[in-house]
Amino acid sequence: MIGSSRDVDFFNLDELLRPEEKMARDAVRAFVSREVLPQIEQHFAHETFDRGLVAQMADLGIFGANLHGYGCAGMNNIAYGLIMQELEAADSGLRSFASVQSALAMYAIYSSGSEEQKQRYLPEMARGKLIGCFGLTEPDHGSDPGGMETRARRDGRGWVLNGVKRWITNGSIADLAIVWAKVEEGVTGFIVERGTPGFATSDIHGKFSMRASITSELVFEDVRVDEAHHLPNARGLRAPLSCLTQARYGIAWGAIGAARTCYLCALDYVKSRKQFSRPLAGYQMVQRKLVNMLTEITKAQMICLRLGQLKDAGTMRPEQVSFAKRNNVNAALKIARTARDMLGANGIVNEYPIIRHMLNLETVNTYEGTFDVQTLILGRDITGENAFD
Amino acid sequence: MKILVPVKRVPDPATTIRVAPDGAGIATDNVKWVINPFDEIAIEEALRIKEKQGQGEVVLIAVGQQSWQEQLRTGLAMGADRAILVRSDAPLDPLAIARVIAKVAENEKPELIIIGKQAIDDDSNQVGQMIAEMLGWPQATFASKIELNGDRCSVVREVDGGLATVAFPLPAVVTTDLRLNEPRYASLPGIMKARKKPLNEIAVDSLGVDLTPKLKIKVLKTPEKRQAGRKLGSVQELVAALHNEAKVI
Ligand SMILES: Cc1cc2nc3c(=O)[nH]c(=O)nc-3n(C[C@H](O)[C@H](O)[C@H](O)COP(=O)(O)OP(=O)(O)OC[C@H]3O[C@@H](n4cnc5c(N)ncnc54)[C@H](O)[C@@H]3O)c2cc1C
Repeated sequence: MIGSSRDVDFFNLDELLRPEEKMARDAVRAFVSREVLPQIEQHFAHETFDRGLVAQMADLGIFGANLHGYGCAGMNNIAYGLIMQELEAADSGLRSFASVQSALAMYAIYSSGSEEQKQRYLPEMARGKLIGCFGLTEPDHGSDPGGMETRARRDGRGWVLNGVKRWITNGSIADLAIVWAKVEEGVTGFIVERGTPGFATSDIHGKFSMRASITSELVFEDVRVDEAHHLPNARGLRAPLSCLTQARYGIAWGAIGAARTCYLCALDYVKSRKQFSRPLAGYQMVQRKLVNMLTEITKAQMICLRLGQLKDAGTMRPEQVSFAKRNNVNAALKIARTARDMLGANGIVNEYPIIRHMLNLETVNTYEGTFDVQTLILGRDITGENAFD
Repeated sequence: MKILVPVKRVPDPATTIRVAPDGAGIATDNVKWVINPFDEIAIEEALRIKEKQGQGEVVLIAVGQQSWQEQLRTGLAMGADRAILVRSDAPLDPLAIARVIAKVAENEKPELIIIGKQAIDDDSNQVGQMIAEMLGWPQATFASKIELNGDRCSVVREVDGGLATVAFPLPAVVTTDLRLNEPRYASLPGIMKARKKPLNEIAVDSLGVDLTPKLKIKVLKTPEKRQAGRKLGSVQELVAALHNEAKVI
C-alpha cells in the first residue's frame, strides 16, 4: 500500500514538501517495504546483492532521478534526497548502489561526457540495462585521490591505461567503469567497458559492513580505449570531486533513513521490554537516549531540507554538503550504536535491523570522504588555512 | 472504455489515530494522508483494463477539500488520465457522496465505475451500492476478479464461505476487495507527468444534488484498553468462569 510506513517528523516538515516530493518518497518507501525488507537480512548474511532489484529500481525511475533528459525522471533535488533516504532506511548497500549508478557514474558522463556519450550511455543506465561503477580510490590512495598512481598515456588516437582501483562499489557487476587516471595535463576520466582486454575485476570478501553490496578491485593492464571512451570535459581533480559532491548530497539524506529505522526499532523495543517490573521506556536514562536520537534525526532532516533548497536554487556550496555528510552520518552512526545498546542481546542479532545498519554506517562514515576529511574541508573553509598537507 | 474511479483521502493505516479533544472527530495534526487502499486497488484494476484493451480512459473523481488534490495527483502518477475534484469543504454523508458521483457519472458516461468496497476510515461500505442504485446499473461488490467481454462483465465476488461469480451487462458498478490485485507504485517519471495531467475542480453546489446530512456523529471514543487474558487449568474452570464472572452462560 503506497505511503504506508511510520515516519519521524517532529516538526511537521512534511508540510514543507511539494506533492511530487512526497509522492516520490512514498513510492520508494512502498517499494522498499514490499521488495527489499523481506529479503535484506538474507543478502547481508550471505554477502550477496539482490540483482533482481536493479530492474525494479529502474522501473520506478530511481537511477539518475534528478538528472534532466536522457530518459531520466528530472525530479528536483529534495525528491532525490528523499528517495535516497527511503533506500537507506532499508539498507545502506541499496542506497550505495543507487548512489554509485546515479550520482557517480551517470553524473560523471552527464557533467563531463560528450553529447554522443550521454546519448549512448545515460538512457540505458537510467533503464538499469547498463550498470556503472566509479573508480577513484586506489590501494595506496584513499583520502588523497590526487596522489593516484593510475596512468593513461596517449597512443595514436587512443589511450593506454595502467593501474589498480580498490574498494569500488559494484565493480564486478558493472558493465562500465568510470576510471580516473593521470595524464600529462592532470587527472581525467575514462569509460572502460566490461570485457575490454586487460581489464579485470575481483571482489573483496570478509567485509563486516555493506555485506549486501558488492565491493571490488579493478585492475588495468595495458587497457586500450579510444577517444570515444575518454570524458572530454573531465579536466583535473575537480571532475571526480564534483561527482563526490553529488554522492555526498545523497548520503547526507540517506543517513537519516538508517537512523530513523534504528530509532523506531529501539523505541518500539523499550516500550514493550520490561525489566525491574516496568517497561524500559519508563526509565529516565532510556528516555534521554530516545530524546537525543529524535533531536539528532530532526536536526539532520532540517539540514538536508535546506541543503536541497540551495541545490535546487543552484547556490549550494560543496562545503555545505561536507557539513551535512559529516554531521548526518556521524549522528546516524551514534544513533545506531545507542539503539544497538538499548536492545541488549537482541541488539546483536539479525532479527532486528539495527546491527546491520550500525555496521553499514561504519562504511558510510568512511567513504566519499571520511568524517575527518570533511572536517578538514570545513576547517579550510572557515579559517582559510589548508590542513590537508 | 471509459472507467470512472472514485477516490477517498484517508489517514495512513500506519498512523496512530487519536480522538480529537472535542470528541467530534480524529486529531488531524501529524496524520499522513493516503488514497484509501481499496480505491488504490480500484485504480490499479482500471489501469490494467485500459492496458489490456490498449485504449480507453481512466478518470478519477474525489468529493472533498482542496487538499484531496494530493491523492488525485498520486492516482494520476500511477497512470490515470485525468481527475475531477468535486470541491466540498464540509464533510458529506455516504448518501450525498453517492449522489454527487452518480450525477457526475451521468455527464461523464463511463462504461464502468470501479470503487473500493469501503473506506478504511469509517468503513461504511455503501457508496458503490448506492451509486449503482441511483444510476439503475448492475452492481458487483467485493470483487476478487473482473473479466470483460465486449459489453458484458463477469466478476468473481468474495462472499461468506466462498466465491460467487456474477455476469451482467455494462455499464455497471464494481467494488473491489483486497485480493483483486496488488497496486503498482507511482513511478518517478509518472509523478512528473502527473503534474501536467488535467485536474478539474467543480463546486459541489453547482451540481444541484441534495446534500442534506442524514447522519450525525455524536461522539468518538477510544476503545477501552484490553486487559491481558488469563490461562485456565481445565474446561470445568472455564465453564465456571463464563458462568460466574462473565455471566454469559
Ligand atoms: C564498502 C566501500 C565501498 C566503497 N566504494 C567506493 C567506490 O565505489 N569508489 C571509490 O572510488 N571508492 C570507494 N570506496 C573507498 C572510500 O572512498 C575510501 O575508503 C575513503 O575515501 C577513505 O580512504 P582510505 O580507506 O584509503 O583511508 P585513508 O585515507 O587511509 O584514511 C585512514 C584514516 O586516516 C584519516 N586521515 C586521512 N588523511 C588525513 C589527514 N590529512 N588528516 C587527518 N586524518 C586523515 C581518515 O579520516 C581515516 O580515519 C569505498 C569504500 C568502502 C569501505
